[in-house]
Amino acid sequence: MKILTGNDLKTGAVTWWTGEGWSLHVAEATDVGEHGDEIAARENAARRVVAPYVIDGENGPDGPRPAHIKDRIRALGPTVRLDLSVKPADPDAGSYVI
Amino acid sequence: MYKYDSYDQAMVDARVAEFRDQVRRRLDGSLAEEQFRPLRLMNGLYLQLHAYMLRVAVPYGTLNSAQMTMLGDIADKYDRGYGHFTTRQNIQYNWIKLEEAPDILADLAKVEMHAIQTSGNCIRNTTSDQYAGAIADEVVDPRPYAELIRQWSTFHPEFSFLPRKFKMAVIASDTDRAAMRLHDIGIQIVRNDAGELGAAFYVGGGMGRTPMIAPCINAFVPIDQMITYSEACLRVYNRHGRRDNKYKARIKILVHELGKDEYTRQVEAEFAHLLTQNIEPPLAELERIKAQFADPPFEIALDETVDRSDPDFAVWLDNNVQVHKAPGYAIVTISLKPVGGIPGDASADQIRLMARLAKRYSFDELRVTHAQNIVLPHVRKADLHAVWQQLDEAGLGTPNLDKIGDIIACPGLDYCSLANARSIPVAQKISERFAGREQEIGELKLKISGCINACGHHHAGHIGILGVDRKGVENYQLLLGGSEGADTSLGTITGPGFNEEGIVDAVEKATSVYLANRQDGERFLDTYRRIGMAPFKDAIYAKDAV
Repeated sequence: MKILTGNDLKTGAVTWWTGEGWSLHVAEATDVGEHGDEIAARENAARRVVAPYVIDGENGPDGPRPAHIKDRIRALGPTVRLDLSVKPADPDAGSYVI
Repeated sequence: MYKYDSYDQAMVDARVAEFRDQVRRRLDGSLAEEQFRPLRLMNGLYLQLHAYMLRVAVPYGTLNSAQMTMLGDIADKYDRGYGHFTTRQNIQYNWIKLEEAPDILADLAKVEMHAIQTSGNCIRNTTSDQYAGAIADEVVDPRPYAELIRQWSTFHPEFSFLPRKFKMAVIASDTDRAAMRLHDIGIQIVRNDAGELGAAFYVGGGMGRTPMIAPCINAFVPIDQMITYSEACLRVYNRHGRRDNKYKARIKILVHELGKDEYTRQVEAEFAHLLTQNIEPPLAELERIKAQFADPPFEIALDETVDRSDPDFAVWLDNNVQVHKAPGYAIVTISLKPVGGIPGDASADQIRLMARLAKRYSFDELRVTHAQNIVLPHVRKADLHAVWQQLDEAGLGTPNLDKIGDIIACPGLDYCSLANARSIPVAQKISERFAGREQEIGELKLKISGCINACGHHHAGHIGILGVDRKGVENYQLLLGGSEGADTSLGTITGPGFNEEGIVDAVEKATSVYLANRQDGERFLDTYRRIGMAPFKDAIYAKDAV
């Protein structure tokens, strides 16, 4: 599957295209198929995202998950500061990226 | 230390206003990202793995307590309560909001700081010896010369779009504490037999994918021609440096491809021409700057004795305190490498505590080191115990300077969009593995980079680690034998790489070989140089006994 990601223009937060908007949680991402570049261009022009790009994803038990470790770390947050990640209450959150 | 004059302040204030307008235009759509990106980068604002990252310049690593306090306050007010001190003596914030970036720059300007030229293909922040002005082995305080370079290089119109970024370091002692020969230009201030000051120019060093040790191209440029000679070095680079391939665009490639002699010939010809143009700043300006780096009013006839009865304090003294040039004083290095911690990170509270200690005990001065630690340069020996107690209570009293736990590590894949592997977890595991054995092992500089760009200086580590991406899996190469001091050398890869656990085991095997073979007084590096790679390689790659 193909996932569209980028950063929120104002806050810089990592965001994921859900089909209707942008979410902080990759599990809410949708498969953009062949339309990633087209959506990225439109959303970029509307200043709802900055530096969007398409990545490979895979379906996991909790929803879509990036295929590459770099994007999984982007999705989670720094593995050395899980308190700053999107799963601050999950002590095992770091295993998500492996 | 240097105080802004009205020109400095006006320039920085104008830059803040300019950037505020640029951000406003980006947010209202007047500027597209392609237009805005170079503008934000010129102000140190990157878009990193998780968010915007702001890199703040700390010229030659020198700060006063008001500046340090502001760095702590910014961490609280605009970031997530911490900052990361870098190998370029700067500080980075990892969670910046674009809409707040102009306010941060405005706050920085209040304390004579900025983020200008911390990115882009320009002359970056000039680094220096963290003990400048405090150590006895320097011929002169190098910081006035670094400041002169800062003023010359800031907004220099000819050098704002170089083939690639450009890094300079200035030192003034034979003991190189600034990795001087691994810079695009390294300058060592020297004194000749006639007692005159001059600048020895080392050009074309660097790390990255093609590490090079800079050769000396001129051993003595009269000090009142240092800027002119620098200009000549940059002009030749700007003229011939490769712009067609970013991986071959650094000056080290030019010097290597032209050859040192031909590059030097061209620099000397350009230098001869520039001498006719009178571009050197007036000596009066240098004297004005030097006056601001005068020694603080050291007390005389101070008590030299230090009570070592507290064993923990004594260990810290032996590790983190250096001899000062003034009797009765000492240089304190605050380790930002607690066991299992994140190298170079400090919380807002820790940053403000260090600022308060500097204000009270170190003539209002601090330094950031390229090894990601903080220095209080002028502490009375009588105050050392009080300083240590306050540091220790705040988790800043780790006694491990230049030991295996004092690891340089880049942010790696946990923060950096360029990285291929995580650096910090490896540093944490090594730090934990060797906790309690650091004194036994002695000096061992370990440096970790998460990609070939080598921000973690892995080429120059006694033990270096390079993280790579092997088919989507983190893999770590081990290097031995690097050094970034007066005996600069580049490490050699031992062989096939390891996973995260395996690299920690490999480091342990390497240290075991050292401990088994070291002779009296030898550091890890000395033993490696004496016995060579073979015994290390044999141990590291030996099949486990069944």
